[in-house]
Amino acid sequence: MLSRVAENMYWLSRYLERAEHTSRALNLTLNLILEQRTDEERQWMMRHLMESLFADQLPEGATLYDMTHALAFDRENSASITHCIGRARENARQIREQISSEMWEHLNAMYHRVNQATLDSIWQSQSTHGFFSGVTQGAHLFQGITDSTMSHNEGWYFLQLGRYLERAIYNAHFLDVQFRVLQLSPDYPAIAKDFMKWVGLLKSFTAFESYCKVYSADLRSEQVIEFLLLNAEFPHSIRFSIDNAEQALKAIDRFTETKRAASVTRLIGKLRSDLTFAQIDEVMESTGLSIYLNQLQIECGKVHDAVNRVYISYSVDKALEY
Amino acid sequence: METEPHDITKVIYDEMYVAPGEPRVQYRAVYDQITSMEHEDLMLRQQAADQSFLHQGVTFTVYGEDEGTERIFPYDLIPRIVTSDEWATIERGLKQRIYALNLFLHDIYNEGRILADGVVPNELIFTCKHFRREMRGVSVPKDIYVSIVGTDLVRISDGSFAVLEDNLRVPSGVSYMLANRQVMKRVFPKMFANYGVRAIDNYGQVLLSTLRNLAPRRGTEPNIVLLTPGVFNSAYFEHTFLARQMGVELVEGRDLLVHDNIVYTRTTAGLKRVDVIYRRIDDDFIDPLSFRSDTQLGVPGLFNAYRAGNVALANAIGTGIADDKALYAYVPKIIKYYLGEDSILQNIDTYLLDDPGSRNYVLDNLDKLVVKAVGESGGYGMLIGPHSTKAEQEQFRDLILANPRNYIAQPTLALSTAPCLIGREIVSRHVDLRPYVLYGEEITIVPGGLTRVALKEGSLVVNSSQGGGSKDTWVLM
Repeated sequence: MLSRVAENMYWLSRYLERAEHTSRALNLTLNLILEQRTDEERQWMMRHLMESLFADQLPEGATLYDMTHALAFDRENSASITHCIGRARENARQIREQISSEMWEHLNAMYHRVNQATLDSIWQSQSTHGFFSGVTQGAHLFQGITDSTMSHNEGWYFLQLGRYLERAIYNAHFLDVQFRVLQLSPDYPAIAKDFMKWVGLLKSFTAFESYCKVYSADLRSEQVIEFLLLNAEFPHSIRFSIDNAEQALKAIDRFTETKRAASVTRLIGKLRSDLTFAQIDEVMESTGLSIYLNQLQIECGKVHDAVNRVYISYSVDKALEY
Repeated sequence: METEPHDITKVIYDEMYVAPGEPRVQYRAVYDQITSMEHEDLMLRQQAADQSFLHQGVTFTVYGEDEGTERIFPYDLIPRIVTSDEWATIERGLKQRIYALNLFLHDIYNEGRILADGVVPNELIFTCKHFRREMRGVSVPKDIYVSIVGTDLVRISDGSFAVLEDNLRVPSGVSYMLANRQVMKRVFPKMFANYGVRAIDNYGQVLLSTLRNLAPRRGTEPNIVLLTPGVFNSAYFEHTFLARQMGVELVEGRDLLVHDNIVYTRTTAGLKRVDVIYRRIDDDFIDPLSFRSDTQLGVPGLFNAYRAGNVALANAIGTGIADDKALYAYVPKIIKYYLGEDSILQNIDTYLLDDPGSRNYVLDNLDKLVVKAVGESGGYGMLIGPHSTKAEQEQFRDLILANPRNYIAQPTLALSTAPCLIGREIVSRHVDLRPYVLYGEEITIVPGGLTRVALKEGSLVVNSSQGGGSKDTWVLM
């Protein structure tokens, strides 16, 4: 497959995943902020949301409206929903003949819907929740359409790779910021303080229900962290994301049979086995959660670079050696 | 008003009718079908056809509107019929013409005999902006310069076909020819089956073998790619369509790279050598190192790889010299010179404006003639005298005086008309015909072509960029 096409596939799903992520986090924060009594608390939550989405901080005195504008409708802001969906669509447009028409039509419709909406109108009609749920749902639908209308060929695996790598990187960063904020009480029986925020955190990963099925509604911080980081079955956990990214890379390796793939396989294999065998208490005590999450992001970045080097923008001399 | 029977500017040949209400023999069954149908039924079939185009994505991009705006190329339900005798003449005529033009291209980029013998004036060649000095002495695979041609024919007063333009660079529209047929078979299956229409569906295969024939390496299965300017090009749909029909990779300039004069595609599995490029990019944009450097569309170093004989291009570079509209006037002489034959398909009288006598005549008659810029296509840079305003005529007068070599003039032809379903009515519209010629091991013309329709009443401009539509074209067995 052409390198350019692979690259478009990869970024298409990275951007769409990012839009979904922003949308979920923003929706939840808007909801949680309703519970905050003081302006100070509200400002504090807004700052942390911006930080956890890799977005630039808002100027002093920014309102909730300003934040929503920045994260949803500001095209200049690379974390914003409109920016990400626009980029996803642009990538899809370059490879229209490679993806199914159903995929294109859905993404295109989603793009136009988001673009035609204005913050004023959804703000006034108090329908922010509906709008952001729509974005999240649209991204889920795209995934479903992709799985059932596109051949599961090399291109499909690049879409998978993009989605799961993006998910792992964003989640690691998001969790790092959030955990720093939430007080981790090592010897709590359960979380009393900040209960809503812990629920909120789980909900922003659509993880609350799944968590309850594993650990019951008895929230314990260590279990929440374990669940979001190391659970093997939950699709938004970091471990699950890395497992799937590895599956995708193995498949791509089978399709391309290039000898240069060894560097990618090694990196992702190392990362995956680390997450498979990690114990939450070790992570928390000997490594330190923040360091661990940061290290994860660095490793994911290395995988991204290696993919680029092996499959997309390799040097001509390197390619001719093989 | 009385008119001369063969005044080509006045007498209009109608494709379907000999006289009002009296169809030609070959159109009898179409006429009966159309006239016997309820109007609602016709409209429903038209809608079904439009839907089918939209769903297949047979669209072209409209510039200047919201990004992603795509329109279907308007399609008319009523087929255009060419009898087998008429086709035989067209086929012989086009083969003769393409064969001669190809010899001409080889000659002017090599010995230049036709220039030395004074049949075609030197200045005409060297003043043509499509003449590529870089191509002199370059050996072209199989000596085939033009592999793919889409010649524009018009039917004139006496019912014969004449050549209006030779499109020897990157002719487009063949995907509409193929798509129109698919839709026609779905919308009027019975009528189609009863008619005995010659098949055109093998175009993709013939195109593929035409390209394969050019491959410079022997013994290996050639890697053929279709080079597109990208998604923003109005013919992008056609590029994807043809790549699919042939089962070849659709590439953009940035997918290709040249190393040691070998062209490669950059794939996830590594570099893959390319043997033949069916390029849908003009000469100017194909290699920024050799031609225009202000472009990202092409491939740096491609021309050197081509000159080294490591990759074939279809069409070759520099073929535009042979479809220059001033050179067009010399085509009958060119045919005579190389083949010793008279031209089978007639030319339209053409005034070359660097001749003072012709120029004065043309300037005095701007309101009656058609003036065309020699290097343009797609219906741009054109004045249609009888349909123009005084201001437009004045503008062209200035343009001609400033650069006479850049323009030619022709009589305003009465193009033949064909009935079309427009809105709720069946009305007459002007049409032309573009058959597609492929020059591989031999010259092949799929029996059919794109019949383009000027949808505006009385209009003579059929180009899709100027509001044209199309019809399925039936060549009978």
